[in-house]
Amino acid sequence: MLKITKLNKAYSNHRALTDVDLVVPKGVIFGLLGPNGAGKTTLIRIINQIIEQDSGSVEIDGKTLSPDDIRKIGYLPEERGLYKKMTVWDQLIYFARLKGLESSEAKQKVKSWLDKLEIAGWREKKVEDLSKGMAQKVQFISTVIHEPGLLILDEPFSGFDPVNAEIIKNEILELKAKGTTVILSTHRMESVELLCDHVAMINKSRKILDGTIREVKNSFRPEVFSVVLTQLSADLPYDWQVLKSEDGLFHFSLSLNGRTPNQALKELMEYGEVLEFKEQIPSMEEIFIHQVKGTSYE
Amino acid sequence: MNKIFLVIQREYLARVKKKSFLIATLLTPLIFPAIMGVFVWIAVSEKENQSLRIIEVIDETDLFFMESSEQYAFTSSVNDPEEAKKMVQQGERYGFLYIPKINLTNPKGIQYYGIENPSMSLMGYLESSLKRKIEDQRLYEKGIDPSILKEIRTQVSIQSVTLGESGEEKINDATVNYAIGFLAGILIYIFIFVYGNQIMQGVIEEKSSRIVEILVSSLKPFQLMMGKIVGIGAVGLTQFLIWVVLIGTLTTLVTGVLGMQMPQQQAMELASPEMAQATPDSSELADILMVIQGIDFVAIVVSFIIYFLGGYLLYGALFAAVGSAVDAPSDAQQFMFPITIPLIVAYMGLFVFVLQEPNSTTSFWLSVIPLTSPIAMMGRISYGVPFWELTLSIGLLILGFLFTTWLAGKIYRIGILMHGTKPTYKILWKWIRSSQ
Repeated sequence: MLKITKLNKAYSNHRALTDVDLVVPKGVIFGLLGPNGAGKTTLIRIINQIIEQDSGSVEIDGKTLSPDDIRKIGYLPEERGLYKKMTVWDQLIYFARLKGLESSEAKQKVKSWLDKLEIAGWREKKVEDLSKGMAQKVQFISTVIHEPGLLILDEPFSGFDPVNAEIIKNEILELKAKGTTVILSTHRMESVELLCDHVAMINKSRKILDGTIREVKNSFRPEVFSVVLTQLSADLPYDWQVLKSEDGLFHFSLSLNGRTPNQALKELMEYGEVLEFKEQIPSMEEIFIHQVKGTSYE
Repeated sequence: MNKIFLVIQREYLARVKKKSFLIATLLTPLIFPAIMGVFVWIAVSEKENQSLRIIEVIDETDLFFMESSEQYAFTSSVNDPEEAKKMVQQGERYGFLYIPKINLTNPKGIQYYGIENPSMSLMGYLESSLKRKIEDQRLYEKGIDPSILKEIRTQVSIQSVTLGESGEEKINDATVNYAIGFLAGILIYIFIFVYGNQIMQGVIEEKSSRIVEILVSSLKPFQLMMGKIVGIGAVGLTQFLIWVVLIGTLTTLVTGVLGMQMPQQQAMELASPEMAQATPDSSELADILMVIQGIDFVAIVVSFIIYFLGGYLLYGALFAAVGSAVDAPSDAQQFMFPITIPLIVAYMGLFVFVLQEPNSTTSFWLSVIPLTSPIAMMGRISYGVPFWELTLSIGLLILGFLFTTWLAGKIYRIGILMHGTKPTYKILWKWIRSSQ
């Protein structure tokens, strides 16, 4: 769907993107991660043709990005905005037509979306009279109204209460099922693990991580096992840090340090009864924090 | 192009649909006449309520007889100046005019005493009547009969006629031209400020509410900026045209009513020129009407539209650039300076040079330089401006707004995406020079 090659962008006082390569396959939800100021917004703005790259290329469906591709992309920026004095209806028609929809088509689509998200009763209300969650729904509709093949959502769940966040999540999954490619930029790692098929992480203008969730997690297996022992028969070595001991159960984590899991298990058996021996798979959150910290003093 | 049109449409409808637009459009043409009316009414009622002011006169030459007017009465009840001063102090007299024995060829030493500072009109009245009296007296001394004096006293008013190239004569009147130039110049000045500010507010609104990020993912920043400028300009033009129609209709109605009486009088004047001379007031009125009829209002309205659009586009782009550079209207002040100064120069120039001497060198330059020409040229237009000057001025104005639009576009497309930083002129310059 989207292929980005050697993308570079510098502002007068700092580099925003350095040689970023990225491939977003069709029909996936692609998590774009990275701390604030890493270059995510710049990348998104370049894909949206709001700003131009210094060098490198962006291809969509195998062709270099052109102004006509605006119709193919739907963009929900992190900082939302609507015209306060305009009615919901006028506003959505306006955004739809700016994306290139004909008037009749726009009307029909806006109507069906308002019905779908159950806010048809609000069509003649001005945005300033809406609640925040309601305005967010309107904003979401404005992003998807032209049925873009590529949807770029920057922190889509911020400002939603759990009920509405669920509605939006389901809409995203529904769009994905219809073949829409979604780029999801967020800090909320739980939604990344829940929704994303593929992630890439940007830090300090460079891509530092890229792959499916499983690949990323596998590459970050710290080779640490969590262990529960009982009936301790000997003193534990000092470097085994006991996390918790209660009711005769000892919880601790064990680094393999070059041993195979079986070797480690054998060793453990000499100290007591092994009740639990389980590899610690890192959460995306842990990977995120680890990566950002690890690259911050390069 | 289609997208610019959508933006124009939105900007236009969002403003024209507002009640405040309707109210401002309908009321403004009435406000100025209303203010004038209130002034006249106050002046008239003040005059009516004024009690007669009595002024004591001591005339040691025994030559002057001061004629009383509606406001002032003159008496001579005492001969001692000190006594007269006392009367003023005690409030028995409003003032005291003291005419010592003076040399008529060089009248000096005439004094006026009062508790209040005398008004300009009182001093003017005293001076002019004394002057006439002295002149009369001197002529009399030279042996001229006062009755002859009265006979030869005349009033002169010059009728100014301009000759067209093809020999047609047009009566004009500096006062009427002044009024038209004054109104048109001020109107352009107000229009540029009011609508320029609307552009700036609109840009700041889109920027601070972050709508702009969504908008520029759908269309180019330049399209957005131009759409906004043109849309708001169309609102201004609509307002102006409504005013022209309103005032046109009102004028036709008023002249229609006056017209019932006018033709007879004019016919009379035409039939007997002596009679017309005998009633100078009515002929003056007829002259002004002829002058007004002689003015090419279509040309003035057309050039107003041209200069309004040109000036508006020129300054509108700058207003848009300022709006894009700041986060809130309160930050805009520092960048307003380069916009306000030329406008104020043009405004001052209109009064100091253009309306006084429409064809002077300064007036020429003010009406040719694009930053000041919309206001200055409107001040000159009713006096008649050579065609080549008009062409030059409009041509430069077009170049001017192309330049400011280009400049503003460069600032705008970067400015609208910048948040939280307070830009300086140096940064703006960087934006202008950067390719992206």
